[in-house]
Amino acid sequence: MKFNTVIIGGGLAGLVAGISLQKAGNSTAIISTGQNALHFFSGSFESMEEAPQRVTDLFNKAGIDLHYTPGVRLMPMGTFKKSALSLEDISLFPEPAIGHKALIVSLTGYHDFFCDFLSEGLEKQGMQCRIKLLNLPELEQIEKSPSEMRSVQIARTMDRIWENVVREIRILLRDEDTVILPQVFGLKDASVLSRIRQGIPAQVVFTGTLPPSVPGVRTQMLLKQHYELLGGTYLMGDEATGAHVYDGIVHSVVTHNLGNHFLEADNFILSTGAFFSKGLRSNPFEISEPVFGLDVEQAPDRSDWYNPEFMREQPYMKYGVATDASLRALKDGKPLQNLFVAGSILGETRPELGTGGGLALRSALAAADAILNTTAE
Amino acid sequence: MKLQEYTLSTHNFEECMKCTVCTAYCPVLQVNPLYPGPKQAGPDGERLRLKDPFFFNNALKYCLNCKRCEVSCPSGVQVADLIQAARIKYDKSPIKWRDRMLASTDFMGHLARPVAPIANAVTGLGVTKTMMDAMFKIDHRRTFPKYSGRGFESWMGRHEKEQAAFAEQVAYFHGCYVNYNYPRLGKDLVKVLNALGVGVQLLEKEKCCGVAMINNRMKTEATRNAVHNVKALSKTVDKGLMVLTTSSTCTLTLRNEYPALLGVDNSGVRDFIMMASRFIFERLEKGATLHFKPDYHRKVAYHTPCHMEKLGWGVFSEKLLRMIPGLEFTKLDSACCGIAGTYGFKRENYEASQAIGEPLFAQIRTINPDVVACDCETCKWQIEMSTGYSVMNPISILAEAIETNKD
Repeated sequence: MKFNTVIIGGGLAGLVAGISLQKAGNSTAIISTGQNALHFFSGSFESMEEAPQRVTDLFNKAGIDLHYTPGVRLMPMGTFKKSALSLEDISLFPEPAIGHKALIVSLTGYHDFFCDFLSEGLEKQGMQCRIKLLNLPELEQIEKSPSEMRSVQIARTMDRIWENVVREIRILLRDEDTVILPQVFGLKDASVLSRIRQGIPAQVVFTGTLPPSVPGVRTQMLLKQHYELLGGTYLMGDEATGAHVYDGIVHSVVTHNLGNHFLEADNFILSTGAFFSKGLRSNPFEISEPVFGLDVEQAPDRSDWYNPEFMREQPYMKYGVATDASLRALKDGKPLQNLFVAGSILGETRPELGTGGGLALRSALAAADAILNTTAE
Repeated sequence: MKLQEYTLSTHNFEECMKCTVCTAYCPVLQVNPLYPGPKQAGPDGERLRLKDPFFFNNALKYCLNCKRCEVSCPSGVQVADLIQAARIKYDKSPIKWRDRMLASTDFMGHLARPVAPIANAVTGLGVTKTMMDAMFKIDHRRTFPKYSGRGFESWMGRHEKEQAAFAEQVAYFHGCYVNYNYPRLGKDLVKVLNALGVGVQLLEKEKCCGVAMINNRMKTEATRNAVHNVKALSKTVDKGLMVLTTSSTCTLTLRNEYPALLGVDNSGVRDFIMMASRFIFERLEKGATLHFKPDYHRKVAYHTPCHMEKLGWGVFSEKLLRMIPGLEFTKLDSACCGIAGTYGFKRENYEASQAIGEPLFAQIRTINPDVVACDCETCKWQIEMSTGYSVMNPISILAEAIETNKD
């Protein structure tokens, strides 16, 4: 099968690159080994730089309300973190003080949201907190299987019964100026969020839960849907196992499911993620990139990869695939002419591109641009 | 590194990072609170079961083996295989007569086919449905697949010479459905392949792939069929023939489930078993041509069956359909239809089965296509029964859209 561009890795970077290319009339396929890091998405891209209009436009066209408002957001431990580029789930404040009194509301039997930590953190900053657990008869079904009382599962029910939650909270609310809720709302329909905010006479702050992330699953779903509507081919559950490279040019990619049916393209993007997604692999001797065997920046001695003090900065987190200035991958020190690298597989070696989500967004757009420019030439 | 190679866990279960992604994609979990979910039933439960079989949870029977957990897993854990293997290994309860009956597609086909008109009339009767529900707990709201009076195998027997005349040959693993219920699909495949200059032959003798037996814990019977089929497939493959299929579930069973769940080695034949849509797409991609009817028009909505999703080959059926001039193509959101072979026929699963399929049915009603395309026979029964829209295999749609000399 032949495409203009084959993208290996279907997370944030792969989808953003794929959407940009499809829009420009470049036919693409995305190979995705299972689901991706968007399932752990906080709702804020860690990107403090001014967001390019392109990014917000791209998300808005996919039906995702993404906005750039520099400020701080409330973290699940009751601390604050600088944020800017965020989904509508996230409340951004000018400074780390959100009110005087908070009502923290969670659900009976739900263990992926830690009210006590949140309350302790906020009380340290002089805020008074009251915790209430809702007992909703509609959730009794899910509670039967306690191991599955998870955010996404709850959110499915909440999309139907959010009005009951609003009613309960209105009864519970005394003189609090802030209501803090776990992110278990708006799985399919994000408009539920603003309707909840309108329904409660206090400011409502949605705060992160343990995964899967509800805003993340929604974002993944909408981006993928948008990509496919634009004519993209998303190969879910497949894995690139190798490639045919001759004279510094990638000709095709081999996948687990397609076997001897190779995916050919003029250009390729590698956005397979870092260690978690197995875009990078390690063994006791080296850190490597499994599909192409690209150069990976790393200290030669394993003992320099990590800091024995666990909570300290870990050098290996910075390691990533080496590229030239236009993000073309290096193999044995030389760039592969038509292979561009995007997302967290770059490691934190490219601080000019931001970290985490910001890195994914910027490198994906850069890779798509590079491909469109070479095609135009 | 060697050490890592030697410590690969069964069905890759130690690769599970507890990320919980699979739980967001399990269709059963969304409708049945009694099911513990893929993570708990699969890798988490496996740790406990290895310690003591006492921890086996009977609720694993609610898993419909759609494999969507595996498709969503970022770590390559064979979650559904873990669950099915655990059911086979630890569930010692006697297998119900109903389950044996539902799983023995070959046997039931042999019985019903000679008396097909009677069998069809009888299974369609309300009184029969009530009786089957009362006696066997086969849900009375189900519509049974119709049996065909003349089997596909005997039709092929009559056309053997004509097919052998083609210089190029492929073999066809037709499966129980084509033989007993719907020979038309097999004939459609022969028509398309002949139009491409390829003759079709059967395996020396194929048996049911055994998927329904696997899902109903009948490991001995399933293994017997698997050993037989691998032998028959080897003979064909040794002659240098590809083996084509038109059912995504048979294909997945022959290619993946034999080694994974039955321990039957299929390595010599695995790569030669292929969905016909992939084979035909590859032919056309390499320059072969089909003559399409100039005035053909169909609005088609394509449903990717779960096992096609797992094979990762839905893309071939999709691209093949898109090649047909006059075909207006829509891809339905990838979602389970809820039937999962024999699963949805059981009374205890009927409600869950219909609830799982509802979003898909609703989308079909909204799109209002002329026909739904799908590579799986049990999805066909489910969608036709639940929506009233007719469902065709992409191969049949292709056969309908082309002109041959005989037309």
